[in-house]
Amino acid sequence: MIDLETFGEARQRPNAGTVVAYVLLAVGSVVMFFPFVWMLLSAFKPIREIFQLTVLPHVWTLQNFRQVLFQTAFPRWFLNSLVVAGISTVSVLFFCSLVGYTLTRLRFPGRNAIFLIILSTLMVPTEMLVIPWYVMSTQYGWVNTYWGLAFPGLIPAFGVFLMRQFFQTLPRDLFDAGRVDGVSEFGLFWRIGLPLVRPGLAALGIFNFVGNWNAFLWPLIIAKSPAMRTVPVGVALFSGEASTQWNLIMAASALAIVPVLLVFFVFQRQIIEGVVLTGVKG
Amino acid sequence: MPTPPPDAPPRRGRPRRRLTLGTREALWAYAFLLLPLAFYGFLRIYPAVQSFNLSLHRWHVDPAQRTFLGLTYYREMLSDPKLHRALTNTLLYAAIIVPAQLVLGLTIAVLLDAVRRLRPLFRAIYFSPYVTPAAAVAWVWGWMYSVNFGVFNNALIAWSDFVTRVGLPWLSIPPQAFLSDPKQALPAVAAVVVWQQLGFQVVIFLAGLQGIPRMFYDAAAIDGAGALQRFRYVTLPLLNPVMVFSVVISTIATLQLFDQVVNINFTDQGGPLNSTLSIALYMYQLAFSRFQIGYASAVTVLLFVLILVVTLLQLRLLQRRVEY
Repeated sequence: MIDLETFGEARQRPNAGTVVAYVLLAVGSVVMFFPFVWMLLSAFKPIREIFQLTVLPHVWTLQNFRQVLFQTAFPRWFLNSLVVAGISTVSVLFFCSLVGYTLTRLRFPGRNAIFLIILSTLMVPTEMLVIPWYVMSTQYGWVNTYWGLAFPGLIPAFGVFLMRQFFQTLPRDLFDAGRVDGVSEFGLFWRIGLPLVRPGLAALGIFNFVGNWNAFLWPLIIAKSPAMRTVPVGVALFSGEASTQWNLIMAASALAIVPVLLVFFVFQRQIIEGVVLTGVKG
Repeated sequence: MPTPPPDAPPRRGRPRRRLTLGTREALWAYAFLLLPLAFYGFLRIYPAVQSFNLSLHRWHVDPAQRTFLGLTYYREMLSDPKLHRALTNTLLYAAIIVPAQLVLGLTIAVLLDAVRRLRPLFRAIYFSPYVTPAAAVAWVWGWMYSVNFGVFNNALIAWSDFVTRVGLPWLSIPPQAFLSDPKQALPAVAAVVVWQQLGFQVVIFLAGLQGIPRMFYDAAAIDGAGALQRFRYVTLPLLNPVMVFSVVISTIATLQLFDQVVNINFTDQGGPLNSTLSIALYMYQLAFSRFQIGYASAVTVLLFVLILVVTLLQLRLLQRRVEY
């Protein structure tokens, strides 16, 4: 695998161009990061300071966080988001890789047709599915349930495509050797295939977790009771419950970002590699 | 299926019907695909067909009582000014957001490619808005755009004070209405989307840049090409597949714009005066506030066709085969 940090370093020598690049990047970073920093700092401001334009709070307070955590349903929304993102991530990792493996490593009639059918569902926008999904959900009692929140994202076609790409890079001999040694078909996938596509699993899992954590349209539709809201929906609907309490909204937003930022900073390398390995190179 | 350990003696006793290796493999494949195919059939393909079907019927909870209307809803779409507004807005969003992301994303990626120290830090900073929930993003930006308390208007006031004091009052800019002005609201929302999605584009372009073999740059440098010429004749053509990918992905996402539009103006969604209304938001209002299920389904079919046509056109027009 190409090491992205050091690849092509030899050609670099500090010069005027590099200095300009640093300056421009620094200016861009300030623009990109300012709304963040401001939101985070505002979360520590007492309510009377919230509309003042100073960046740093005059008085630092944890009152906003205390209120969000103990006087709103925020902790429940946080739990809901964790459950939904957790369920779907486990399902995505298992099923997308199982399908990707089957479509590359096993030979059977209809293989290409099945792949094309799965791929073609990529073209259908979520907007086109939410109405029938909702009709179904009311029919089967899925409204206000974790299953109802999670089912649309259990086996995304993109994940199948990604994992198929990964399994294609593995040599066929490996699996033939395993077969000769009497490894079961599921064992070939589970014990030989999966450990070799770990970078793919990492990238897929992270992207999926972040995507699910931030999902908005479907949870907004399916979570009818306040207790079943996810974090993005709960925070969005704060206006109803805490009409002008911007300080609470800022504190809730700051808390909502924590898990994804954690995931991003811990797995940054895998995310970037995942994008590289998806084959965007063309 | 129990499998004998590799060193087990060959199975003796009753002869069993032997499956050929190929048949056995195929059966396993179908067993692995059973649940996923049920998922795709029941939760992806059936609903897509159902959406089309719903758009041809007057909605009723009981399927037996849905009356067939044919293309009535599609004819209705032709004379619905609000839909036309949503369609125009959505195309405008795409016209602003996609090129802005392409240019800014490529520029930042080229700069990042040129530095070594601090690259992971910069990359993280540029990527972080992408992982932030739209609701949080919208609250911060809605606040920054705020007419009386916002950062932008305060900056404009400070700027105007400054230029007046130094004797150049004609350079002063009055405070703006931003999200409350029907003319400025759409570009203001588009700016938020660009800010939020930019990091993803940067990562894609950075990956593309680092996939270009260095020997092409070395060869070009030996031939006497300057930095700009190398960018024009090496980077751009070799980056074409990545650029196509980026344009197609961001166009598809923009045509489905919903989260940011809803969140930035939660009390008057799509406002002021429908100036920020997107097709996805209009569909949502039709289906889940006004319960016009049939008409809303027709709008989603329109969105599907729009995405399909635009994507195919882009692939046709933008793709160039570059071998390297």
